[in-house]
Amino acid sequence: MLRNLVPVLTVVLAIVGLWYLAAIWMNATWVYDQAAREGREVMLVDLVTETLHQERPVLPAPHQVAKGLYDGFFGQKVTSKRSLVYHGWVTLSATLLGFVMGSGLGILLAVGIVYNRAMDMSVMPWAIASQTIPILAIAPMIIVVLNSMGVQGIVPKAIISAYLSFFPVVVGMVKGLRAPDGMQLDLLRTYNASGAQTFAKLRLPSSMPYLFASLKVGVAASLVGTIVGELPTGAVAGLGSRLLSGSYYGQTVQIWAALFAAALLAASLVAIIGLAERIVLQRMGLVR
Amino acid sequence: MMGLAIMAAVAAAGFVADWRLGLVLAVWFGAWTLNAGLAEGRGSWVRRVVPLIFGITLLVLWEMTVDLFGVNPVILPAPSAIWAQLISSLPTLWADFVQTFVKGALTGYVLGCGAAIGTAILIDRSPFLQRGLLPVGNFVAALPIVGIAPIMVMWFGFDWHSKAAVVVVMVFFPVLVNMVAGLKATEPMQRDLMATYSASYWQTLMKLRLPAALPFLFNGLKIATTLALIGAIVAEFFGSPIVGMGFRITAEIGRLGLPMIWAEIAVAALAGSAFYGLVALIEKRMTFWHPSQRRQ
Repeated sequence: MLRNLVPVLTVVLAIVGLWYLAAIWMNATWVYDQAAREGREVMLVDLVTETLHQERPVLPAPHQVAKGLYDGFFGQKVTSKRSLVYHGWVTLSATLLGFVMGSGLGILLAVGIVYNRAMDMSVMPWAIASQTIPILAIAPMIIVVLNSMGVQGIVPKAIISAYLSFFPVVVGMVKGLRAPDGMQLDLLRTYNASGAQTFAKLRLPSSMPYLFASLKVGVAASLVGTIVGELPTGAVAGLGSRLLSGSYYGQTVQIWAALFAAALLAASLVAIIGLAERIVLQRMGLVR
Repeated sequence: MMGLAIMAAVAAAGFVADWRLGLVLAVWFGAWTLNAGLAEGRGSWVRRVVPLIFGITLLVLWEMTVDLFGVNPVILPAPSAIWAQLISSLPTLWADFVQTFVKGALTGYVLGCGAAIGTAILIDRSPFLQRGLLPVGNFVAALPIVGIAPIMVMWFGFDWHSKAAVVVVMVFFPVLVNMVAGLKATEPMQRDLMATYSASYWQTLMKLRLPAALPFLFNGLKIATTLALIGAIVAEFFGSPIVGMGFRITAEIGRLGLPMIWAEIAVAALAGSAFYGLVALIEKRMTFWHPSQRRQ
């Protein structure tokens, strides 16, 4: 972990450096236009300062995005419509609700698939095939259809995010529940273990690494689903609507701040599941 | 036998409550019993027929439910209505497909995967860069990258160029991470053999390490096919010319033209699985030597 710190920091610093250069380069046109209108020369120093402090830059500089993030998180009351905490919570709550629904149903279906041959053969090919389909495309439709049925608020978005986390969990969990090999299953048979005992003491524990791996994929997919689900509602609330309204009004700093807030959210959700994985696997003596 | 009795009882109860409900339940249980019976059998054809029956049953139930209960087409159109729409608006769907898939997704896919493979080969010679870039790449691969769509639309305009740009960024990191892992997949023994042949770096790369990396690379390429289509469609939600699958979906939502949206989704699903299937086929041809490709 520590061994990688220096290289990672170097790469991150290089990215930030490139970002600054790109910001100067991409915002230069506007500065030159302004200078030509006012009839003054642009020195290199002016170019740098002016490109990095525009109101609506083509590419906001890292410190502008950082300031946008800071303002969004700490600059105003949490209930304010301009607070990223407010919008982040709207997105997070829908994501969590959807993720819990989706992964819960996914685990249940996986258990059914493992124990019922007909279900395995009927459902499993479709679950695998559905991973190659751009499911996200139906997100706007689900929102609008549920809206016309009178279902509003958190539920439609949660359904989309549940749908997106559902299939990765099913596929991963089936693989996990099938992980015990014949020898281990035979051993339990010699112990005269019942089906429920085999499930609780062998299949479920050995599925845990697979489950957590697919939960990580699932929670990231859930978040994307919620964000896209927030687009067609006409930019009411949530990080997705911040992206959309930012692109309507050319508020680039707002877009970047919302994007980074979403990235932070995704990273912390994945990190929380990673932590849970570490703890669970440690207690079970499965640590790699 | 118990299961059969319970199913029959539930279906009968359905008939008593509402004959339409009973009919739907009867079809469902009938198809399920058929599948359960078939699943007991052995043979390769069973593995094909059972999922097919399941899929057809779902379509039949969908059609029956919509027709019998008179579901509003604004909420859920029947499969037959979607099919009729699909057939009648083939030229529109084809134009959308070309705009979104061929121009947006495919261009971005080729550029993004090419850039990722190139970067992987470049950083392969520097362990320092690998240790730095891989955690960053893994981190970025988990982020909601579709969010950059509005930025790309602002930079590259409404046409397909901005969609291709989104796709490039989306596919880059999964392919990069897999390719770097793949380039490490050779064993010391194999590399030693190349060294005893006095093979140059490029010879080792071309004859040993690139072929050995292929199974990993194709893993990334297959993940990227889905991402490419998603990126291209979602980017169109943020602004597009008046053609494209994402545009059509948002436009038809405004007019509540649900059959058209479902037709568009059917095309997207077909394109997505065909794209994935094509990459999987190429994988099979190119990595026939790998244990995972052997016939069981």
